Amino acid sequence: MNFLTRTVAAVAMVFAFAVSAHAQVKIGIVISMTGPAATLGLPQKNAIALMPKTIGGQDVEYITLDDASDPTTARRLVERLITEDKVDLLMGPTISPSALAVVEAAGRGKTPMITFAAARSIVQPLDENRQWVYKTTINDDIFAKATATYMAAHDQKKVAVIGFNDAYGESWASAFDQAAKNAGLEIVASEKFNKNDTSVTAQVLKVMAAKPDAVLVIAAGTPGVLPQSTLVERGFKGAIYQTTGVTTNDFLRVGGKAVEGAIIATGPLIVADQLPESNIAKAAATEFAKAYNDANGANSISAFPGFAWDGFLLAQAAIPVALEKAKPGTPEFRAALNDALQNSKAVVTTSGPVTLTPKDHTGFTPESLVLIQVKDGKWTYLPN
Amino acid sequence: MTTEIALLLAQDGLVNGAIYALLALALILVFTVTRVVFVPQGEFVTYGALTMAALQQGAVPGVVTFLVITGWMAAAIELWTGIRTPHRRRAMTTAALFALYPSCLAAILFWVTGAPDAVWMQVVVTLAIVVPFGAILYRIVFQPMANASVLVLMIAAVALHLLLMGVGLLAFGPEGARTQPLIDATFTFGTMMITGQSLTAIAASIVLIAVLFWGFTFTLRGKALRATAVNSVGARLVGIRPEVAGTLCFTLAALVGAISGILISSITTIYYDTGLLIALKGFIGAIIGALVSYPVGALGAILVGLIEAFSSFWASAFKEALLFGLILPILLVLSVTHPSRGEAE
Repeated sequence: MNFLTRTVAAVAMVFAFAVSAHAQVKIGIVISMTGPAATLGLPQKNAIALMPKTIGGQDVEYITLDDASDPTTARRLVERLITEDKVDLLMGPTISPSALAVVEAAGRGKTPMITFAAARSIVQPLDENRQWVYKTTINDDIFAKATATYMAAHDQKKVAVIGFNDAYGESWASAFDQAAKNAGLEIVASEKFNKNDTSVTAQVLKVMAAKPDAVLVIAAGTPGVLPQSTLVERGFKGAIYQTTGVTTNDFLRVGGKAVEGAIIATGPLIVADQLPESNIAKAAATEFAKAYNDANGANSISAFPGFAWDGFLLAQAAIPVALEKAKPGTPEFRAALNDALQNSKAVVTTSGPVTLTPKDHTGFTPESLVLIQVKDGKWTYLPN
Repeated sequence: MTTEIALLLAQDGLVNGAIYALLALALILVFTVTRVVFVPQGEFVTYGALTMAALQQGAVPGVVTFLVITGWMAAAIELWTGIRTPHRRRAMTTAALFALYPSCLAAILFWVTGAPDAVWMQVVVTLAIVVPFGAILYRIVFQPMANASVLVLMIAAVALHLLLMGVGLLAFGPEGARTQPLIDATFTFGTMMITGQSLTAIAASIVLIAVLFWGFTFTLRGKALRATAVNSVGARLVGIRPEVAGTLCFTLAALVGAISGILISSITTIYYDTGLLIALKGFIGAIIGALVSYPVGALGAILVGLIEAFSSFWASAFKEALLFGLILPILLVLSVTHPSRGEAE
């Protein structure tokens, strides 16, 4: 070993020591930046770019990885983040299948995880692994209830459903079945279609033969356009409802005139600037929507970056509490962080103030839920 | 199930079937001439659709960059292999074409701002961008391994499909797009409503099939392609160069794919990853034609479209399962009627 290499090695060691001595909080994030769910994951990546690099005076390192919308990959990445990077907190995944695949890994690694996916089963029932898992999305049964209540109030008694032939579609459809029963509605047809089907004419014909007053389309992203445009093409005159999954601007771009009039129960973020003062999320939602639009272009805000941002807001409130108890990078710190998370008190998020308990890990305030409608190609707040 | 609904379903099935038929023809063409099971055929469809959509939004389609890069790659390979053969001059001409055409096209597209307004001009530009991919990809991927077994060629085709899909995501983004209808008109016959797009799709398919049929029957190049398909060794002996036949049939496949994409994107939303599913349905049609018979393949593809429409009506949750379940009885029948000759050479 000559003098030069020794010097380089010594310098490198000093640097390594300096870096490790300077404790920082590590947040490992797994989202879907490619694959079918990229349309939801890419806005979340933009939200992550807005997250500050210090929390409570501590430097924060974000390690963002892509699960390619694939549960197996998500699982592998989460294992890596826990064992190799020893992150203090996990965020993501974007979609329910991936989130369900990593619940067990987070629990076993005793690392808290805040997911942006929607399925109820991610945080229910709160077994040993799920003690470590939180989500910032609202459960679909609450959306379903709001949608069914609105239909009943507008005298739409016979409802037909055209939904995704996947976990999202199934979960929503079963939630809506229950909600419709409670609201006294009759479901006259229930059809399925696939995300990349090039035609849903047959399903639409079957739905229209049942003569419904309203049709609910259960889809995520732009594939939600096709059932609605086909209904309009075939001369359907009733009301058409969609779900939160389509609240992206690409949906409006692809749908154009065909999606005019669609009604959706969703979080408040997408219409932040139109919210009445009475909405509990108004201030925080407006603030984030402005920051996001300034960074990514006017009208680029949607529900999905909000889920990621809310995860950050919960972490921002919990990390200082945990820092008082332990040093980042230790199991004690992770346990303290988990305690702090499940005792979050009225943390301001883009869906309103969130309070978590050891029995409730859903970080979304149902009171802030709104109904919106597509009017003149824009998302418009719909007063009840 | 009333008569009216049956007619509507049949119309829907025929429109989709017409598109599948085009793809089935392209798949059969490529397979008979080069023995490649051309899985990426669907990517030509998505590239055609999304390029057209990008043009209509006044943007330079993202695949142009990819076309330039692959063009230079193909030129480099052509030069590298051709410089050591007696056909040096020919290799240099081909390489110049591969390198210069995409670069000039890209230069024009980046300089001329704004999309052409006329729909037919948009179609021409789309074809000018997407069709060369056929020859370029053949030169880079399949020509160097022309003598490999069917299985190896198919694995290469799957790899190419994944690559092109990834490039599609990079170039066009995760969201789908729809193009404006080529003919914005609706015709009403009694209670039947037929859109201009569906008539365009069916008419274009018929015309394209007729042109291909005429080309294969009456032109020298078409006959050369058929000769290569029947017996590639024999074709070489009478002076037909297999690489020319391969280049030609891949160019045709790209043309058919791009036209299918332009047709279908005015009817439905196309995503960067839609291609495989459409190509697979065309593939079922091609299998019905035992990967050799054009008319049977086309009819099989139309049958696939019809089955898809009717099974969506009766059991929408099981549509794909029913459709792909179809392959099993077909394969059974084929295995009886076409006894396997092992690896065809």
